[in-house]
Amino acid sequence: MDENLKREIILDNYQNPENKELIDDDSYLKVNQASESCIDNLDFMMKIENNNIVDVRYDGEACAISTSASSIMSRALIGKSVDEAKRILINYKNMIEDKEYDKELLGELNVYDNINKQPNRIKCALLPEEAIDKMLGGLENEK
Amino acid sequence: MNKEDFPMLEGDLVFFDNGATTLKPTQVVEDMDKYYSEFTSNIHRGDYDAAIETNTLYDETRNTVKEFVNARSEDKCIYTSGTTMSINMVVFSFMKSHLKKGDVVLLTKSEHASNILPWFKLKEEIGIDIKYVPLNKNYELTLTNLKKAMTSKVKVVSIAHITNVIGDIRDVEKIGELCREKNIYFCVDGAQSVPHIPVDFTKSNMDFLSFSGHKMLGPTGVGCLVVRGELFKEMDPVFLGGGMNLDFYSDGKYELHTDETKFEAGTPPIGEVIGLRSAILYLEKIGMENIHEHEKKLKDYLISKLEKMKNIKLYNTNSDSGIVSFNVDGIFAQDVSIYLNKHKIAIRAGNHCAKLLHEEIGEHNTVRVSMYLYNDFLDVDRLVDALNNKDILKEVI
Repeated sequence: MDENLKREIILDNYQNPENKELIDDDSYLKVNQASESCIDNLDFMMKIENNNIVDVRYDGEACAISTSASSIMSRALIGKSVDEAKRILINYKNMIEDKEYDKELLGELNVYDNINKQPNRIKCALLPEEAIDKMLGGLENEK
Repeated sequence: MNKEDFPMLEGDLVFFDNGATTLKPTQVVEDMDKYYSEFTSNIHRGDYDAAIETNTLYDETRNTVKEFVNARSEDKCIYTSGTTMSINMVVFSFMKSHLKKGDVVLLTKSEHASNILPWFKLKEEIGIDIKYVPLNKNYELTLTNLKKAMTSKVKVVSIAHITNVIGDIRDVEKIGELCREKNIYFCVDGAQSVPHIPVDFTKSNMDFLSFSGHKMLGPTGVGCLVVRGELFKEMDPVFLGGGMNLDFYSDGKYELHTDETKFEAGTPPIGEVIGLRSAILYLEKIGMENIHEHEKKLKDYLISKLEKMKNIKLYNTNSDSGIVSFNVDGIFAQDVSIYLNKHKIAIRAGNHCAKLLHEEIGEHNTVRVSMYLYNDFLDVDRLVDALNNKDILKEVI
């Protein structure tokens, strides 16, 4: 993907983030994801029905990378099964950490494929992945 | 001024993160190097030449510190690891045994975490009450509000001399006078004041003054707690061990030192104390009034430029220290910080450990520029030029 196009997609998702609104609903899984090394701080919530992710929301204060990644990630996961979501998360994490990954699974999330070249941005890009992973982990524990 | 003394400034770095820590002049590093390469030895234990030299420097630095903040000869200077340890020592070595349930400690919402959390812990432990003196529209502490808050239950006022986000200079002389009249302990967090303006422990009637070496051209790992002489006698050490006891016996009895070393168990940061001494001598040579005046000029200059920029929201145009806090419209503070780093400008983004301040200013995070003696007008111009860019976000991604 062209670097300028990547930048535009990130910028658009930062300035016009999707699903950036929390709702008062106890049927959602919830987690706060605050970085210990920087000032990103987002609350996430996710609804799962019949093993499918039907909604992902978040809100709070975070940088351009964390916010845009949360926006793109939420879109990528809504409508996926839990197993599909887990595969996306693993491959996304591998991409961010400069390991082998399946590009085909990530769609628009591929805009972050060079983020590992900016070490201080890695934690920002991983923020939504860590939040969703925690919520899915909590789901496992409930079983 | 004195830019040539700071090796980190030899390139094109603009360092505006002095509220977090400061650069070290060659003189400080060389004095510490001498200890590590020419006369390394422990203190108060050896009779050889190196040990005698170390003892002298270590002990004399207490007087250097006391003179620097105008403490009396009977007042004490305890070496700590920095402001955080100093304030914790005030709370747990003194206040814990002098306060009781229901006693009120007055703070403000612009205090740093290190002047809030130890009090929270004491509240958990012995049930003190914590009250926040309301700030005015400029987020500053006024004497009127403080006086109103000083009920008969108030036993302590613990405040920063200069706050680390708003940068307001509190009138510690008047506050100290009020505290003395009402028999209230006056604890001052000097982390942002001792490095930048003249501080007068005696004239301000301070009971406790805490500060850090690394924020005043000195090394990390060393700071001071200056204590009023008569209160020092009532302090109890939290840490016990070597270097602070006279004797101890198998039946559990022990006798402790009666001077500052009672609070310096174990081998202290000797090289760092020597570095602190060197930093104080360096600052004294320039003069604290001159440093303050210089920073204020730079701040006024920066404010005059930023006020003309529509996309900048300023939070503390009124305060008299060299701290400027702002946000750039539509851009998260940390993105501004990352962007400025691309222009070799070091600033700080975040809540600056003043995590209650957002309740007052309505923002969790800000960009903070904090000046020091080695900054100049060209540094300010570089910052303003960098911020005068419509494509900051594009450049930061």
